[in-house]
Amino acid sequence: MSRLSSSGPQTADAPTPEDAFHETATLDDRARGPQRGTEADGPMLAADGTPLKKSLARALRAQKLRALALIAPLLIFVLVTFIAPIADMLFRSVENQIVRDTLPRTSAALATWDAESGDLPPDSAFEALYSDLFLAAEARRHTRLGQRLNYENTGMSSLFRGTGRDVDDFGEANVEMLEDLDDRWEEAEFWISMTSGTGGAAVLDAARERFIRLDDLSTRGPLGDAWCGVKGVFGAPCAVSAEDVDLGFTLSGDFAETFPRTAEAYAEFAVFMAIEEEETVADDEPWEAVYVALDRDLRALSPEELAAYDGPEAEALRAAQAALADVPPVDFRAAFVASDEDWGTVEPWRTIRTYAPPYTTGYFLNAVDMQKTPDGPALRDEDERIYGLLFQRTLFMSLMITFSCILLGYPVAWLLANLPMRTANLLMILVLLPFWTSLLVRTSAWKVMLQQQGVINDVLVWLGLVADDGRLIMINNQFGTIVAMTHILLPFMILPLYSVMQTIPPSYMRAAKSLGATPLTAFRRVYFPQTVPGIGAGSILVFILAIGYYITPEIVGGTTGTFISNRIAYHISSSLNWGLAAALGSILLVVVLVLYWAYDKIVGIDNVKLGG
Amino acid sequence: MSDGIAITGAKTLPFSFTLPVVGAAGALFGLFAGTAQGATLLGVLGGAAICAALAWAALSLAGVERERAVKWGVIALFALAGLLVGRIAGAIVGALFGWFLGWFIYWIGRGRYRMFLPPYLTAGEVLWHYTFRVICGAVFVFLITPILVVMPLSFNAENFFTFTPEMLAFDPEGYSLKHYRDFFTSADWQQALRNSILIAPVATLLAVSFGTLAAIGLSSEHVPFRQAIMAVLISPMIVPLIISAAGMYFFYSRIGLQGTYLGVVLAHAALGIPFVIITVTATLVGFDRSLTRAAANLGANPVTTFRRVQMPLILPGVISGGLFAFITSFDEVVVVIFVGSANQQTLPWQMFTGLREQISPTILAVATILVCISIALLTTVEILRRRSERLRGMSPG
Repeated sequence: MSRLSSSGPQTADAPTPEDAFHETATLDDRARGPQRGTEADGPMLAADGTPLKKSLARALRAQKLRALALIAPLLIFVLVTFIAPIADMLFRSVENQIVRDTLPRTSAALATWDAESGDLPPDSAFEALYSDLFLAAEARRHTRLGQRLNYENTGMSSLFRGTGRDVDDFGEANVEMLEDLDDRWEEAEFWISMTSGTGGAAVLDAARERFIRLDDLSTRGPLGDAWCGVKGVFGAPCAVSAEDVDLGFTLSGDFAETFPRTAEAYAEFAVFMAIEEEETVADDEPWEAVYVALDRDLRALSPEELAAYDGPEAEALRAAQAALADVPPVDFRAAFVASDEDWGTVEPWRTIRTYAPPYTTGYFLNAVDMQKTPDGPALRDEDERIYGLLFQRTLFMSLMITFSCILLGYPVAWLLANLPMRTANLLMILVLLPFWTSLLVRTSAWKVMLQQQGVINDVLVWLGLVADDGRLIMINNQFGTIVAMTHILLPFMILPLYSVMQTIPPSYMRAAKSLGATPLTAFRRVYFPQTVPGIGAGSILVFILAIGYYITPEIVGGTTGTFISNRIAYHISSSLNWGLAAALGSILLVVVLVLYWAYDKIVGIDNVKLGG
Repeated sequence: MSDGIAITGAKTLPFSFTLPVVGAAGALFGLFAGTAQGATLLGVLGGAAICAALAWAALSLAGVERERAVKWGVIALFALAGLLVGRIAGAIVGALFGWFLGWFIYWIGRGRYRMFLPPYLTAGEVLWHYTFRVICGAVFVFLITPILVVMPLSFNAENFFTFTPEMLAFDPEGYSLKHYRDFFTSADWQQALRNSILIAPVATLLAVSFGTLAAIGLSSEHVPFRQAIMAVLISPMIVPLIISAAGMYFFYSRIGLQGTYLGVVLAHAALGIPFVIITVTATLVGFDRSLTRAAANLGANPVTTFRRVQMPLILPGVISGGLFAFITSFDEVVVVIFVGSANQQTLPWQMFTGLREQISPTILAVATILVCISIALLTTVEILRRRSERLRGMSPG
């Protein structure tokens, strides 16, 4: 029997690329040998007269470049199609631009507010929130923000949705006052003639920039504008760049200086019309926020200051200022509280302030069952902790699967390694066939086998071991997941074990026995220690694969047999909490990479065998 | 350990050993047969008695000379008994049991179980040897049964996931091809099949062409940062699919590739690349570099050398890498669910929705077809691997 030399077909102990490397290295040494010897007698020259050393270095450099040129296309391909997505996911797990993009003025106004004092924010914050929320509601972006903040503080979603509906009517009396005063206030042309001029480009640019960010048309991200280029290659609509937006009018610098709020609100209106409605300011009268802003500006100016203003329609403005003195100023605080009394509490303001920075650890805290509190990160309440449990369960079940695989795989690998080649090859088919069969086929097979009306229960009932009304529940729980995944991952355990066991000479066991060891001792002291590398390799492989499994737990796992990956999928496709999904994914990725690193140290990536 | 050569002589063992062993086996089967008929104790006793009696009759009355006749007789006897109890299915089970019993009686009674084992083994060691075989057999059954069970069920005439009584009675009425007809006529399944066929080969082509070039580059000496490059290229295989899927979903929707055919193809190509890299670098290891030098020496330019010398030799590795990439894409479901849209619904995706929502045996028909495809692919890879080893002058498997 030639067990010693026979390298089985499935694991033909293929030398690794590493070997080729060493081989060529020695070849090179040999090639260099004579050259070194002759160095004392002056440099050896190549045929064209250059020193051989130089010529060799040049040849090597060319070779190196050629190798890199061959690798480069694939490397770029993998970097773009695979590594960039992973980087994007990591970025998303901390990215939190939505609050700052949707509520920029509010974030700025709250920056100086002391959230711990227990006092409500100043009036300026309410006013800032009005102008932010008005634009966001017009662009229908406020619900998205509400949803985002709802992950952190339940109730924010309905708060934003409700107030978003009411925000049009804030300051209604003042708006009507203006409109009743002079019909021209309702004419688009009047507004254009009042605000047009030159020198206000900066205000318009700021409004463009702001709206593009709000509408998520920007090209931000780790690679910034590079997105745009990549998008263009694939023919997708590229991000809207601020220069391309034609507003149909230019702002007067004087007007912007005297009426800063109005200029800002009107500029935003103009950008909204251009981008969202694809019209210009000439097509419609401004929205309420512009009137409210004008009201604020007129009140801020003294009559003397206004008298000094000599821009277009100055007369109308002066008349408006006089008329507005009869109505009270807009009370934003009262209006917000009237819309939803939660605005009168510190809680929503604190949430906005906490999540205003562009990057947050909030998702990661969430992923480990923690939350931000005034006193720093703290664990959630007992009944709200789900991810710790889920991570524990994922680890526990992956370990169970790994152990089951060792338990079932070890005897089979031993048998395969010790049978004559022909028989072993035949039996190997039984291992390789499941390995090559579609994952979905195997999962559906287990559904067929394990369900209550399934094959196993039918057989047990037929044999009389189980009563017909007492059929075992083997699916939609942890048992189902463990059985099905053990079956699916078993080949990944058998194949490395087999390749290790093949290299162990059977004479060792015989020697141990002839020296007086019982079969058990011989196995324990001689055979088993030699198979430990195989067990290690197989275990890490199975564990890495098991910990990130999605399909099988989803189908046979029910509610108690699911993994963390199922939760990630849920957050991506159902709850749409992408940040949390990305954070959970990042944690899982770190675990897998640590294991991968260990695998590389123990086995080496180059030694990954494909069982075929 | 069996070498195929008998190293211990066979002899008729005393009845004090044979009868209890055969009787115990009979009792075990009697237990099942009895419970199925509702009389456990009777089954155990009857089974033990019948089997022990048969063993005695076979070994002492008929003897070794008429072994063949006795075996057929036992098969006929149990087939008939099974026919009376459970019609055709019973007859088949009975015949199988009769075949086993006939063999078992002579195997035990004549001491044939020791024939291929060294004579010095103790009884305990012999027992362990066969127990071990049975354990391994059970694991093989565990490995292969789910795949085998799917096949007959796909011919079910009913819309169930289980064996109907008609199927167990081998009634032709219980079988039909309707699920296969379903598969070939349903617009959903056909669309899925078309998508799978459109996506997998293109992804494979991308993976193989980029992968082979890079593998050749990686195998040449003095590649800087070889370890780091290798780690990057292999990473799609190591990173859990759900993470790749999540990342690709986020990133591809940023750059407008989410929900497009191109996006799915690129994603699948990325997933297939590690397999191509691994198989082709493994093939290149045995590649004799002096061949390319000889070709260059004889005046071939690098392209010709590659086309005429290197490629034919590494072709088996390239093809088997390609098959791995193909099966990866063809079988992939997590990434396509996230990166694709309804228009890119592939076969595995359709199966996945089928399993989650409406359960139809059409899935089993598709599964059977896929198993046949896997068998074909497995055979191809195996043949190629052997050919490759032969070409490279390594041990022919």
